[in-house]
Parts: sequence; structure tokens; C-alpha cells
Amino acid sequence: MLGFLIRRIIQSVFVMLAVALIAFMMFRFMGDPVNSMVAETATTEERDAVRERLGLDQPLYVQYGRFVARAATGDFGLSWRNARPVSTLLAERFPATAELVLVAAGLSLVLGIPLGILTALRPHSFSTQALQLMSLVGISLPTFVTGILLILVFSVWLGWLPSFGRGTVVDVGWWSTGFLTLSGLKALILPSVMLCLFQLTLIMRLVRAEMMEVLRTDYIKFAKARGLTNRSIHFHHALKNTLIPVITIFGLQLGGLIAFAIITETVFQWPGMGALFIQAVSFGDVPVMAAYLVLVSLIFVIINTTVDLLYAVLDPRLRVEGARAAH
Amino acid sequence: MTLLTVENLTVAFPGRSGTVNAIEDVSLSVSPGEILGMVGESGAGKSMTGAAIIGLIEPPGRIAAGEIRLEGQRIDTLRPDEMRRIRGRRIGAIFQDPLTSLNPVLTVGEQLIETIQTHLKLSKDEARARAIDWLRRVGIPAPEARIDTYPHQYSGGMRQRVVIALALCAEPRLVIADEPTTALDVSVQAQIIALLRKLARETGVAVILVTHDMGVIAETADRVAVMYAGRIVEVGPVAEVLTAPRHPYTRGLMASIPRIGARPDVLPQIEGAMPRPHARPAGCAFAPRCPVRIEICGQTRPDLTGHATRSVACHLSEEVPA
Ligand SMILES: Nc1ncnc2c1ncn2[C@@H]1O[C@H](COP(=O)(O)OP(=O)(O)OP(=O)(O)O)[C@@H](O)[C@H]1O
Ligand code: SF4
Ligand SMILES: [Mg+2]
Repeated sequence: MLGFLIRRIIQSVFVMLAVALIAFMMFRFMGDPVNSMVAETATTEERDAVRERLGLDQPLYVQYGRFVARAATGDFGLSWRNARPVSTLLAERFPATAELVLVAAGLSLVLGIPLGILTALRPHSFSTQALQLMSLVGISLPTFVTGILLILVFSVWLGWLPSFGRGTVVDVGWWSTGFLTLSGLKALILPSVMLCLFQLTLIMRLVRAEMMEVLRTDYIKFAKARGLTNRSIHFHHALKNTLIPVITIFGLQLGGLIAFAIITETVFQWPGMGALFIQAVSFGDVPVMAAYLVLVSLIFVIINTTVDLLYAVLDPRLRVEGARAAH
Repeated sequence: MTLLTVENLTVAFPGRSGTVNAIEDVSLSVSPGEILGMVGESGAGKSMTGAAIIGLIEPPGRIAAGEIRLEGQRIDTLRPDEMRRIRGRRIGAIFQDPLTSLNPVLTVGEQLIETIQTHLKLSKDEARARAIDWLRRVGIPAPEARIDTYPHQYSGGMRQRVVIALALCAEPRLVIADEPTTALDVSVQAQIIALLRKLARETGVAVILVTHDMGVIAETADRVAVMYAGRIVEVGPVAEVLTAPRHPYTRGLMASIPRIGARPDVLPQIEGAMPRPHARPAGCAFAPRCPVRIEICGQTRPDLTGHATRSVACHLSEEVPA
């Protein structure tokens, strides 16, 4: 298990170095930064002086090394747009995105797993057919369309829920949360529903397919032949086997949620990192873009590693291999 | 009193091209402590008979006719929950493949203890002690330690021992063992059969032993039932049936066994193959392959007739030399 963990961490470091390289290259592709820092009439000597001061005269790998070292401490420099530290900008926006993604992920699990089980256990019932049809719609409709439909129905027609923003937020330390006020909670509903819809249908279908597969296995037949109760067979014997692959997909999709949050945040003017990123793109604000890229990749890597570990905990067959690999 | 009585049992599967009978008019009985061998070609209906007895026929299949009685009680008409209580507690089952019969994510102990506690009013500790005891009885070394390990940490033979413990741990009166050794290494097969025999003797559990191995039948079973195309064609004491088979199919079966361990799937002496359930001929299902058939065989189906211990379903059974 420890060996497995160490291997995963080393892999993750390499992935992050590759991501940092891409982020680093973004600066180069945006043209010579010195041009935007000196007067147009500056002489070559003056330009070289600036270049030297910024370290831009050194070989690329030295510059990359410095970039990585600073990024590792969370230092991505100043935003080109408003000259504030990039890390501060991201820290301000992070709670909004995190809460949105968390609620959406929670919704997709809390609804997706029971619905998947239900449709697997009653494959021919009317509610299963209806849910299957709805999930097809859920998967094939573009998310911004569902978002706009949600706004139309619940904000414009019914006037129940706000169509933009986070409502009133409360600061808990540096974290601004919408969980503690009614308006904050209400504001979360539509965006998280829009964000979770795809995940929800995916998890429901996955749980259903896995569950039906597991229910056909010999060990379930043998469990029945031993007279175990349906409840135990479905929710203990079958579900445990079902959830193993579901956790993997869920973990991978969690990263996807953060990416999809860009669209949701745009539709609902949600002040999160995704919205910040879109702004940065339109301003050509490379430090912010680079930092967003690195941060989101880091979250991806952390989630994936966690999922792999969880997988090993859940599946005893892997646990032993992991232990063996450790020796 | 007989332990199990099956009378004129027919299992039907509705299909696109009409209903087919997986098994037809099957009658058999098992006495307490008896080992009834069951043989027949692949698709003859051996597993289906077992599935009907433990009430686990897969829908849309259903019992279309006949009845099943366990210790005098009719069990084929029980409600699902009543039947569930009988499974494991009064009728156990052992399936073919030990590699896939155990739940990979639960320890052997969890599976045993749950089975014991489902049927017997025992505390967790008592059930655990009993589980360890059963592992010891089926020959698992160091059961106190191995009880908390997972199935993949056992070899195939050891897993089948665990399966046997699981089938017997709530002390059923009857266990249906459907080819319990087919999936195992030949070297392990004999051990598992010997274990089954030993446990049957110790506990007095009756066994319906489905196997392709006539050697196993000869050594283990008290009586043997031969199935062909969904029906029992001959049943009787092992010694009699093996040495003096009376149904032409049984005789072919015996002749086709050059050595112990051979599978009676193919009958080199008898041309053709067993008809599928939807394509059975009108008269005797064996007629197309039967070397001694007579006129009537193609028109009328022979009933299983005979006295208490020996029955044959063949128009010629009277004339067939005993
Ligand atoms: N779900 C089903 N639908 C229709 N027919 C079925 C179904 N399951 C089994 N049958 C039929 O029932 C008959 C008996 O099958 P069964 O599995 O009992 O054979 P068997 O004697 O156990 O064979 P084997 O030696 O291969 O295990 C077969 O002809 C098979 O085609
Ligand atoms: S009834 Fe006729 S066809 Fe069938 S086994 Fe007997 S002799 Fe052969
Ligand atoms: Mg079978």
C-alpha cells in the first residue's frame, strides 16, 4: 500500500511538471513580455537590462525551473489585468467554485446511486422506463441549454430562485461561504442542478448497468441459494461490487465537473474560478490562465490519486497486489 | 419417509416460438442420508431440476406442472419469502465453479457468518465460532486465521471447500451439488468428492450429486438417475444401473466410458445429438439415435415405469435383458 502510494505520488509529480511546462510555454507564446514593459523608444541596451533583471536572458530550462519553484509556493506573479497577485485572485474565487462543484457532486451521488439501484432492480417498471428516457435527454442536451431552461422556468416564470450570483455570502476566515444564508443556499440550487445533471444521469446509468451485471453473477446466485434476504443480496453483496467501478468514474468526472463549471459559472454569472478564467482569456491575462491551468490540474491529480487509493481499499484483490508491490 | 419427492415436474419457458419445456414430467425421490447421482448429456435438464427444487428458476421460466415435497411439505407453491427460508436452511446448493461462487469483496468469514445468522438464532460470536468450526470440518488449515481472508487468497480446491462449508453451515437436510468438481484440477476433484462423502456420512445430509463422471457415481452414489432430453429415462441402485443398464441410452452411456473421468457428453457408439427442447420428436426422444427402436417408439412416448427401486422409460424395457 505504501509502495503504491509512493509510486502514485511520483507519477503525480511528473504530471504536474508537464502541466507546469505547458503553463510556462503559454508565456512564451504570448510574445516577448519585455515589449509591454519598456517604452517604445527604449534602446536595445535598455531592453537587455530589463531582460537581465527579469532573468529572461537565461537559458529556458533555468527560467522553467524558476517558474516551477515559484509555482510550488503558490506564486504566479501579478495579474496583467489589475496587477493583483494571481494567488490572491484565485483564493478569492476558489470557495465559490468549490461549493458549487461539491453540491453538484453530492447531488449526483445522492440521487444517482439510488435511482440506478431502483432501475436495476425493477428493469421493467414504468418508473424505470421513464427515468431511462429522462436520463437520455439529460445526457444529450447541452448543459447551457438546460441552464437557460432552468433560469427561464424557475427565475423568470416562477420567480422562485435567483438567476445569477451567489446571494449573500458569509466570510469564515478567508473562505466566503454561501451555505450559511438562505439566499446563498437558494442561489446554489439552479447552478448546481445544471452542473450535476450530466453526472447524475451518468452515475444512474452506470450504477444500473453495473448492478444488473453483478446480479447475474454466480456469487449472487449462490447467495440466493443460501437463502440470504433480498435486502442483503442487493444492498450488501451486489452494491459493494457495483460501487467499485462507479467510484472510479465518479472521481474522473469530478475533475470534469470543475471544467464544466466554467460554463455554469458563465451562464449564472457565478463568481468562481471558471468565470475568472474566462475573463483572463478575453484579456490575454496569461499569469491567471497559467495559474488556473496548474491549479485545476493539481486538483485532478489529487482526486485521481484519492480514487485509486479508495479503489484499493474497497477491492481486496487490489489491496493484496498493492501490498505485494510494496516489497 | 422420503426426504424429497418430485412428481411429474415440468418446467416451461415461454418463448417467441411457443413454450418449451426445459424438463418434462420428472419424478424422483430422495431418502434421508441418501446420495442420488444424476447423469446425462449437456442440456438434459439436470441443473434445471435442481433449480426447480431450490425454487430458483430464472424468469420467465416457471413450474408448469407437478409438485415438489420436502419432508411431506409442498414447497413449489410457497411464497418467495417462505421459500427463501428453506434455501440454505433445509436445502443447500453447491455450484460448479468455486472461483465465481464466492463474493470477491467479502471475507470468507463474513459470508459464512451472514449465512449462519440468517438461518439460526446465534450471536455474532457464536456464529463466528461455528464458521471456524465449519472451515475446519471442510479441511481448511488454520481456520481461525483464514476466516478473515478474502476468497482470492484461496486456491480453487480450497474455495470449493469454502463453498461446501457455506452450503452446509445452516445444516440443511438435503444438498444439491451441481457438478461440484467440474471446474477443478483433476488432482483436486477426488479430494472434494471424498470430502462430500465424508460430510454426508457425518451429518446425514442427503445429496443430489450431478456429475459427468461415472467413476464418481460408482464410488459415491447410492442410486443414480439418468436424464435425457428433459426426462428421467432410468433410475435405480448404482450397482444395478451401472452393471446392467436397461435403457438403450444408459447402455450407450456405459459403453462410452473408456475410463474414469470421461465425460458422457459424446456417445461415440450412438450417432447424432440430443434434440434441443423445442425440437423433441413426438415419441421417445431417443428414438432418432436408438439402435433398437421399434415401430411404436416414433409415435408414443414411453413412461417411466418399474417397481420401487428400478424404473426405465423405454418401450423395450421389458424385453431388454436385465
Ligand atoms: N433461460 C432459459 N430459457 C430457455 N431454455 C432454457 C433456459 N435455461 C435452460 N434452458 C434449457 O433447459 C434445458 C436443460 O438445461 P440444464 O442447464 O438443466 O442442462 P444440464 O443437464 O444441467 O446440462 P449441463 O450438463 O450442460 O449442465 C436445456 O435444453 C436448456 O436449453
Ligand atoms: S422407447 Fe424405443 S426408441 Fe426409446 S429408447 Fe426405448 S427402444 Fe429406443
Ligand atoms: Mg448443468
